[in-house]
Formats: sequence, C-alpha cells, structure tokens
Amino acid sequence: MQKKLQLYTRFERLWHWVQAALIIVLALTGFELHGTFELFGFEKAHTIHMYSAWPLLVLTAFAIFWHITTGEWKQYIPSSRNILPVALYYIRGIFRGERHPFSKTRQKKLNPLQALAYFTLKTVLLPVSLVSGVLYLFPDRAEAFLNIPLGLTAVTHTAGAFALVSFFIVHTYLTTTGGTLLTYIKAMITGWEETDE
Amino acid sequence: MCHDGTGTYKKFPTDCGHPAYEEKKFGGTTYQTVDLGNIARNIKKSSRNTCGACHFFGGGGDGVKHGDLDSSMFAPDKSLDVHMDVKGLNYNCTVCHTARSHDIVGRKYSRAAPNTHRLALPEDTGLRIGCENCHSSRPHKNNQNLNDHTDTVACQTCHIPYFARGGIATQLDWDWSTAGKHTADGKAIVKKDSDGNVIYHTKKGTMAWGTSLEPEYAWYRGVMTYIQQQDIIDPSTVVALNRPLGSYADRDARIYPFKVHQGKQPFDAESNRLVVPKLFGKKGSGAYWAEYDWTKAANKGMEAYGAPFSGSIGFIETTFYSPLNHMIAPKEASLACGECHSRSGRLAALTSFYLPGRDRSGLVDALGWTAVWLSLAGILIHGVLRFILKK
Repeated sequence: MQKKLQLYTRFERLWHWVQAALIIVLALTGFELHGTFELFGFEKAHTIHMYSAWPLLVLTAFAIFWHITTGEWKQYIPSSRNILPVALYYIRGIFRGERHPFSKTRQKKLNPLQALAYFTLKTVLLPVSLVSGVLYLFPDRAEAFLNIPLGLTAVTHTAGAFALVSFFIVHTYLTTTGGTLLTYIKAMITGWEETDE
Repeated sequence: MCHDGTGTYKKFPTDCGHPAYEEKKFGGTTYQTVDLGNIARNIKKSSRNTCGACHFFGGGGDGVKHGDLDSSMFAPDKSLDVHMDVKGLNYNCTVCHTARSHDIVGRKYSRAAPNTHRLALPEDTGLRIGCENCHSSRPHKNNQNLNDHTDTVACQTCHIPYFARGGIATQLDWDWSTAGKHTADGKAIVKKDSDGNVIYHTKKGTMAWGTSLEPEYAWYRGVMTYIQQQDIIDPSTVVALNRPLGSYADRDARIYPFKVHQGKQPFDAESNRLVVPKLFGKKGSGAYWAEYDWTKAANKGMEAYGAPFSGSIGFIETTFYSPLNHMIAPKEASLACGECHSRSGRLAALTSFYLPGRDRSGLVDALGWTAVWLSLAGILIHGVLRFILKK
C-alpha cells in the first residue's frame, strides 16, 4: 500500500537547501583560494567565500536552536541495531531489487547508517570546517590569543573541506536510491515522501 | 643648492660638491661661473626640482641608482605617483620628508623606515615619513581583510607594483670585469642600446638596464647590514653587499619591495676582502680611468684608504638591495591578491610561513584527493552495477 509521509518540515527543507547552496559555493571558492583551480580570480573568490561564510554560521546557529527545541536531535543518535541488514542492503540487496529493510516513520526517519553518517557530519565534519573557518576569519587574533598558527588553521580547514566534498559526493549519489531516481530529492523539496507501507 | 630658486646652481663634477667659482671646462662641457649672490637673493622653499637635482641622478645619471627616483618624478602624473601627481595632490618631497632644524627624516638618517608600524596618527612630533603616519595602520576603509595584512606586508609591497615606471631605465647590472677594452687604434668604446642606455663603456664595463620591473621581496625591519672592506667574503658565492634584516618571526619586520642590483667588482683574491680602487686621476697616478690596470688602481686606492692589498685582483659577483618607497601607484593599479596568493607568485621565494593560495600540506591534499576520488569511483561502480543488474 502506498502511503504519504511528511518527513521534513518547512524549516528543515529551507535549512537543508540553503546549507547545500552555501557549501557548494564555499567549496568552489574555497578550492580556488587553495590554489586548486582558477575560476573567479583570488580576490573575487575570497569575497564570495566571506559573503557565504557568515550566512552559513547564522544558519547553523538557527539549525542548532531548531534541533534542540524540537527534540529532532534525537533522530541523529547512532545505534548499532539493524545496522547490519541496512549495510547489507546497500552492498547486495539493492542490486537484487530487494526491499529496504528499514521502514521510515515520522518519529524515526533515519535508518541506522544515515543516523551514523549525519551524526558524524554534525559532530565532526561541520564543526571542524566551521571552527577552523571562524579562526581563519581572524588569523591575527587566533595567533595572538589562542596561539594557533595560520598554517594549522588553514590545513585543518582544507582537511574539513575534503571530507565535506567526499560526503557531498556520496550523499548526492544516495539520493538516487529511492523508489525512483528523484524520490528522495522530491521529498526534500516538498517534505512528503511516498513509502511502501 | 637645496633652496636655489634660480635653478642655476650646478656642482662641478670633480670638486666634491662645489660649483664652478669661475668658468671651467670638464669633459668637453663648459661650467659657467655660478652667481652665488644672485642665488642667495633668490632662495626659495625646496621643491621636487631642488631635491631631484641630486637624488634623481644618484649613481651617476638619471635613474641609475634607485629605480624609484628619476627625472620622471619632476612632474609625475597620477599613474606614476598618486601623491606627487602634478594635476592632483602635487606633493613636494618635504610633505613626507619633514624636517626640524634641517634634520630631514629619511631612511638612513634620523630614523629607519618603516618605522614602528603602529597607528601613528596624529603623531605629535609632526614628523612624517612612514605611510602609516598619515594613513594609519588600518587604511583600507572597505576591506578589513586587507587591513589584516598591514602587520606583515608593507604598504609599498602592494602599492609599488612595478618600479622604474616613468620610462627612464634604471641600472640592473654592472660588470666591472669587462672594463678597459679599446678599439684597435686605442680609442675608448661606448656602446648604447636602442633607448640610449650605455651598455658598454671602456671606463666602466658592461651594464644592463630596465623599466617597469617587478621588485624582489624580503622581510625587512628598516635596518640593513653592510659588508665592509675588512670583512672576509666568500668569492665562490654571490656576495650580498647589503642585506635587509628581518624575518617572519620578527614582529617589527614586514615584507618589503626591493630593487636588487647585480654587480661584478674587483676584490683582493688573496685576502678575500673588497678593494677600494683609485678610479679618477691623471696618467701616472695609477688611476684606473687613466691606465686601465686594476692592480695599480687597487694599490693606489688601498694606500689612500689605509688598508693592505695583496696585489692579487679577482672579480666577485655581488648584489645590492635598495628598498622601494616612491612611485606609489593609484589603488586600481596596486597588486592584485593573486600576484602573491598563487602557487608560483611574487612571494615564491619567501617560504618561512604559510601563505594561503601558495602553500598546502602535501599529506592532507594527498589524503583528501584520495577520499574524493575513492568516493567518486565508489558511486560510479555502485551506480553502474545497479543499472546493469536491474535489467
């Protein structure tokens, strides 16, 4: 039986897509600043990077507030229960046309692999990039007051960026693994997802 | 001379600054008697003309020595110097080189430039010389990130993108070792390039010139070290006759632009010390420009100088750093970020610190790209398998 389930609230969708856009722009300009390629020119790339960094920080503050006040943060607590069947599904079942072993509900919308991945994103990848990014905004003060040299800040920021780009690649690919290629993307736009239950 | 309002004061070449008190000839030029009474009755404030009469011709000719001072600075336009622009601010030298009781501030005299680059406005002594003394140390109104550069990068570094921009060539290389050649019939040789710069002169050797040149950059806290005659040098290396002092770790030092002049000059090949040759004099005096014999010239010169000479002459390659402070370009023409923030930019030689856009951790980049490519390969394989097996 087909059933429609509202998985993502309006704020969640807005937060997701704005964050996605900002991170794409930050990655493009950031890797230009890193010297990987030339796109906008150093000065313009720097300006765009700065004008994208501040909105991301503000958005993150709102998102943290939202997670705490709605209790949605509990969705991201990783658990080993059922993790093996889900992992096996992506390694084997998906190729045989098997059904996804995890059933989404409004109360538990992330499968255990997703919970683990987003938990890592939110507690390691994003904090590493954001904290090193804030230090990078004030390199003189980071050096004077916290004794953190620019090189350490920069290399940490680069490492965070590589991790986020890798995450982005796999994350984007996995959006195509729903009922149709665009099922999950549609759900993140409309908030509603069609499930088999 | 400094306050001559008539423009008639001329030094006589061999009289140590004195003018011709009566009509005299030198090298085919007649020097008229200078009417000191007339000059004294017409003294004026100093000007670009009075200062430039000497300082624009340092090193024996127009623009030879400095690279940022030459006769184009008598009446520069805005693109050559924003402050001295005759149609704009039209500053005289003394707007920045202020003086009390004729004690003129400048690089090597009463204080070093850059002076302490803290906010110096208003400096209650009234003395100016550093850019910061008027502009403050955070001068960019709409770009705080540029202001974060001022503790490590001197204003001159970005705002003098090229030197010798006025169309007058400055000397870049002077090789004394080739001097002394004559034509078959014993005449002196003078060769010029198409712009009229002397590229060979029997008295001086081989020379090279240039205009609109990229400076070299070094950490500099306003103080130079100099090699002195008694210092032992290493003739197997290029000898830096002077060297700007400072480093990344030195909080008073900043990255500063320099004209670096190359040279080849005689030295005492036994004691490995510089020699002071006698150049100017009559035949029989041992002067190089009369007899073209370096050993004789060094003997005579060192005798007058009062230091021993072994009698053995060699030639060493040298460099000489001159800091660049003039020919400040308009802000639109100042250096773009990418000139330094790039893999092989202008600061490629200054490696003691992390420069964004130039530097990276090889390990982090290698691991990072491995992660990115593995992710791409992983989704590609997974996707292709899904596509094939679903059919």
